[in-house]
Amino acid sequence: MDAAENAKPGLSLLYNRRARAVAYQLLLCTAIAALAYGAIRTAGENLKRAKIASGFGFWNDTAGFDISQTLIDYSITSTYGRAFWVGLLNTLLVAAIGIVLATILGFAVGIARLSRNWLLARLAGLYVEVVRNLPLLLQLLFWYNAVLNALPERLQDSIRIPGGGYLNRRGLFLPEPIFGPGSGAALVALFVGVIAAVVYRIWAKRRHARTGFAPPLWPVVLVLVGAPPLVVLAFAGFPIAVEYPQPGRFNIHGGLEILPEFIALLVGLSTYTAAFIAEAVRAGLLAVPRGQREAAQSLGLSARHTLRLVVIPQAMRVIVPPLTSQYLNLTKNSSLAVAIGYPDLVHIFAGTVLNQTGQAVEVIAVTMAVYLSISLFTSLLMNLYNRRVAIVER
Amino acid sequence: MPSPQTPFVALIPIPPAPPPHGERGVFGWLRANLFCGPLNIALTLVCVLLILLAVPPMIKFLLLDAVWSGSDRNACLARPERPVVGACWAFVAERINFFVYGFYPIEERWRVDLFFAALAFGIGWLTWLDAPRRGLGMLYFFAVLPVISFVLLYGAPRLGLPIVETAKWGGILVTVVVAAVGIVVALPIGILLALGRRSSMPAVRLLSVIYIEFVRGVPLITVLFMASVMLPLFLPEVWSPDKLLRALIGVAMFSAAYLAEVVRAGLQATPRGQYEAAVALGLGYWKTMYLVILPQALKITIPNLVNSAIGLFKDTTLVFVVGIFDLLKTVEASRIDPKWATPVTSLTGYAFVGLFYFVGCYVMSRYARYVEARLARGEQR
Repeated sequence: MDAAENAKPGLSLLYNRRARAVAYQLLLCTAIAALAYGAIRTAGENLKRAKIASGFGFWNDTAGFDISQTLIDYSITSTYGRAFWVGLLNTLLVAAIGIVLATILGFAVGIARLSRNWLLARLAGLYVEVVRNLPLLLQLLFWYNAVLNALPERLQDSIRIPGGGYLNRRGLFLPEPIFGPGSGAALVALFVGVIAAVVYRIWAKRRHARTGFAPPLWPVVLVLVGAPPLVVLAFAGFPIAVEYPQPGRFNIHGGLEILPEFIALLVGLSTYTAAFIAEAVRAGLLAVPRGQREAAQSLGLSARHTLRLVVIPQAMRVIVPPLTSQYLNLTKNSSLAVAIGYPDLVHIFAGTVLNQTGQAVEVIAVTMAVYLSISLFTSLLMNLYNRRVAIVER
Repeated sequence: MPSPQTPFVALIPIPPAPPPHGERGVFGWLRANLFCGPLNIALTLVCVLLILLAVPPMIKFLLLDAVWSGSDRNACLARPERPVVGACWAFVAERINFFVYGFYPIEERWRVDLFFAALAFGIGWLTWLDAPRRGLGMLYFFAVLPVISFVLLYGAPRLGLPIVETAKWGGILVTVVVAAVGIVVALPIGILLALGRRSSMPAVRLLSVIYIEFVRGVPLITVLFMASVMLPLFLPEVWSPDKLLRALIGVAMFSAAYLAEVVRAGLQATPRGQYEAAVALGLGYWKTMYLVILPQALKITIPNLVNSAIGLFKDTTLVFVVGIFDLLKTVEASRIDPKWATPVTSLTGYAFVGLFYFVGCYVMSRYARYVEARLARGEQR
């Protein structure tokens, strides 16, 4: 159609659809470029006036502030770049654990909402309604300021956790496993065992398909995964020690110290996201047509097999896309840590580093780039998975 | 075949016997829904235990042990004659004006009330689907209301309304302003972005996609930080927007990207035949969109728009982080005020904020469900 229009002689360029489209787009691009140019020029002038440096020269300067939770070596004399990595790792840590907890809780609540048990279904529904309708920030402040602040303040009153742990207002103190020499080899052995188990599972599946007899799966997998590290550890003389937290006069020493900010953030994020995951799970399970269950039953599949082979694979197709966006939401929401003082990326980098250096453009750009890459990377992974489970039509 | 001696043949079907006693009534219901099988019995018992653990203490704290009147923290402290103290509602009662208006001058607060009324009127007009002249309502909501609100809240010396700096705004007023701007300003931008994303012009499409995906990929906090620290850099000093305006720009930018995706879903759900019919009638692009496509697309997106509004309403709390006194921030500031600081003040404050947001969100989600049911009714002829 367009080609015919273009070929028509005598028609003014003004009425040529394609020419007009090109003109509009040129206009739009010029306008945006002009805006961007103006903004950058103004920014340059403003920065010069405020005597703020530009560029990433600050990356290797000494940070000069301390961070309460560091997964890698960090001290006051470390650089801003190091502080960035500490913050990023803290964000990833809380996001990863939060995703696992939210998934478990979310699936449990989602299934409970469909339970035949009236009371359980109502309770699960109540949980979802209440948690979804309250702002996350309010929930975080509630956990941090109202719940954790109500814990005993004095060391002597700490809540004892069976197994040698303590819980008080300063955080959660747990026994920490200390890995001696030889543990590395055990880790390698564990890795080898996992690979062997995966290979075995593929072989077992093929054999099942070929002969109709399923070789025993789980016992063999358990042995394949568990035996190598145990054997290696036995040879090394079990070099794992456990360090118990020791209550001192004023503080608890040793062991694994978990910050109250971390606990509040983790609990808040996982309970909040779990409510959304529960809704996704419920929608997914309801989306499997009744006929599929009935067909599976009439084929003589047991309840377990109906669920595992018929219902779950089809429900997962519906569940995975919203689940992905909930995982991303949880990761992005972990930035609310700044409100309760957990040292995450936004708190350390877009907060403290920004205030100290004043280099707003670079700092905000880096922070946004990190979240953007996490988002894009997760979407990529989930799209791959989604393609695997999506319906393949002829 | 009945034999000749058959004494009696029933002429009407015998009515079915009632189900056994245990299957009927309250007991039957209990057995079917709560106590069928050992697993269900265990689950029911656990649920009952949970309810017993949670509900009575909550009622005790919020109502029975609560302190309803008092003028300072002494009313809410545990005393020998009153060892257990529940929620300190006296605190909320004394601070309620601060929670609603912030530092807005007392003699000018009628302007805020008028703003609330004007907003409620607009929302009522738009959400009542059978209201007369809803087109006019749209005009009122998206064009007239912003102007009225600005004049009312900020002030216009020529009209005899003294200027009230935004630094004095606070509490529910700011929460409502942020949420309203997030819808009123962001929806038109979002519609344009959605149209841009479905445009046939590659440059327009690319720019829309980049904007939408960029904003949706980053947390709201970073957008707010960007708005609050980078906007002053990129704008000439004379235009430098104040703190609240910067946050509003950030919220509008953020919300526009999310609303764009909601509107796009509506556009995609509009049947192709509608586009083709409009083109066949000789309508141009804008007329096609304005007269044919958008009315249908927006109608089916109402439930999703309301759901986005719920999300946005909850997200307004984040302006807290860039130092703006929204409802949550006013409560945070008051709960550590030495005049009221007691062990129960924080929890009371949070319960108040929670109630506010819960009622708001719950009403909105009910409305979304109502519209959804109503739209579905139209489909099932």
